[in-house]
Amino acid sequence: MTNAIEAAGLVKRFGKTTALDGVDLVARPGTVLGVLGPNGAGKTTAVRILATLLQADAGQALVCGYDVGRQAHEVRQLIGVTGQYASVDEGLSGANNLIMIGRLLGESRAHARARAAELLARFDLSDAAQRPVKTYSGGMRRRLDLAASLVGHPRVLYLDEPTTGLDPRSRTDVWGMVRGLVADGVTVLLTTQYLDEADQLAHDIVVIDHGRVIATGTPDELKAKVGGQVLEVLAADRSRMDRVAAVLAARTGAAPAADAETGLVRVPVADAVVLPAIIRDLDEAGVELGEFALRRASLDEVFLSLTGSQGPAGHPEDIDQARELERSSR
Amino acid sequence: MTAATMPSAAPVHRVGPVTGLRNTFTLTWRSVLKIRTNMEDLVGLSLQPIMFLLLFTYVFGGAIAGGTHAYLQFELPGLLVMTVVFATLGTGLMLNQDITGGVFDRFRSLPIARWAPLGGAVLGDMVRYLISVAITLGFGMILGFRIGTGPLPAVAACLLLLTFALAMCWVSALIGMLVKTPQGVQMYGFIAMFPLIFGSNLLVPAQTMPGWLQAFVRVNPITDLTTAERGLLVGGPVATPALRSLLWALGIFVVFAPLAVRAYRRRT
Repeated sequence: MTNAIEAAGLVKRFGKTTALDGVDLVARPGTVLGVLGPNGAGKTTAVRILATLLQADAGQALVCGYDVGRQAHEVRQLIGVTGQYASVDEGLSGANNLIMIGRLLGESRAHARARAAELLARFDLSDAAQRPVKTYSGGMRRRLDLAASLVGHPRVLYLDEPTTGLDPRSRTDVWGMVRGLVADGVTVLLTTQYLDEADQLAHDIVVIDHGRVIATGTPDELKAKVGGQVLEVLAADRSRMDRVAAVLAARTGAAPAADAETGLVRVPVADAVVLPAIIRDLDEAGVELGEFALRRASLDEVFLSLTGSQGPAGHPEDIDQARELERSSR
Repeated sequence: MTAATMPSAAPVHRVGPVTGLRNTFTLTWRSVLKIRTNMEDLVGLSLQPIMFLLLFTYVFGGAIAGGTHAYLQFELPGLLVMTVVFATLGTGLMLNQDITGGVFDRFRSLPIARWAPLGGAVLGDMVRYLISVAITLGFGMILGFRIGTGPLPAVAACLLLLTFALAMCWVSALIGMLVKTPQGVQMYGFIAMFPLIFGSNLLVPAQTMPGWLQAFVRVNPITDLTTAERGLLVGGPVATPALRSLLWALGIFVVFAPLAVRAYRRRT
């Protein structure tokens, strides 16, 4: 079966900046491909190329077997795009936004209206249907964005950071909708700043950094790849945190991360045989333990060890800067 | 989900001209709808001409023409030109907002004709220009302006204005594509339009101006358009200034429409 998305060797430069430096991606039909990476890693550039909004300088990308460069029009009939860039019209009502898209896709007036009403109901926006979008809350806006990308029944859906800036409840809502779409057979390419989001939704994950793919696999494979286990120690007396960190550093040879707020000290553990020694050392140092737990690495820690940076979550301004860079170089 | 709206198994390769026109009309509908829903736009569109009329008639009327009524007969055709030319700025503003706000990217991700968003914006703006013209003319008549020619020349005057606006809005569209923010569009637009508007016979006869300025006024297309509008609405020479206005409109269109389309393709 043809892959829903297949990209090989994508390169994109903006002036002197190389945004993508040979990216390969594959999304199997009916699955969620999570694209993870810090800000400026090239996630949005990759999505824009796959959504026919940007031409790659080199490499090839196929969506359902159609070339995004030479067969852009075909690709556009198969995709839906939701992102900070592909937006809805603030000056129109929610209903009219969806009707407009339906009409642009060639539906009759009656069909477009019916489809709009159906989507508004599905995304819990029926009450706000006639209000201008500029009066919507962030969560409502995002749901309308998502609804707008679904008007044409896309087979492949791009969600570029669909939950950035949403409250936890709205995030869970969006996750539920994504799962529903995948159950209907839609392929989803999801970029996200939130590792737990990728963990929750993605069947496969691609980690991008500095325009290159630095890791691929299922969430479990990635966690296993980094070796995975993490020791978390909490001293009963928080003032002994530094002492705990020193013991962990000495025994594991890795740099522990200490959270001043919770008092929790974390360190990756390659081999569980060091645990008795650590307990002995802590006992000798007179540290009374509040918590001592060994667990599998989270995607956060995977990310940290892959990129050497502090997780992909960052400031939205970085994204604006990246967009600005893209604009000014055109 | 209905089978009729599912994407067909084999997507088509390009947009036909009929589909392209349909796309354009859908996007024209969108622009017109936005005039209705966007109160600020509507207020600006209607209040600005009224304000201009009141200010220019009562502030300058006595000094320039010795009386408000006489000046109203002189200035109203000019104010029509000014209102419509300023209104073309809205085209660039809206295009700029659509690009920076991401609405155009949504359009581009849809299987529609590439030129439809631009065409729809321009066609939709014709409706805005028509509203400005109607309000200026209507309010002018309330203040005492009288059409001295007849209904047919008056209709011709409106058509000539709209034709000129259709050309000018491409200048505005180009600015809208080249400038980064809506504020920038406004600034550059005014910088481009003020000398054209005021360096003409639109508000005052050119006789009192210094020679070099008179030379500019003579080659300024706004002068031709204003003279033609006066001829069509109040009476006076029509043929030559109208023809020159149409040629100017054609010239502006031929130069700026391709430039705007090119900038649009590069920017989106």
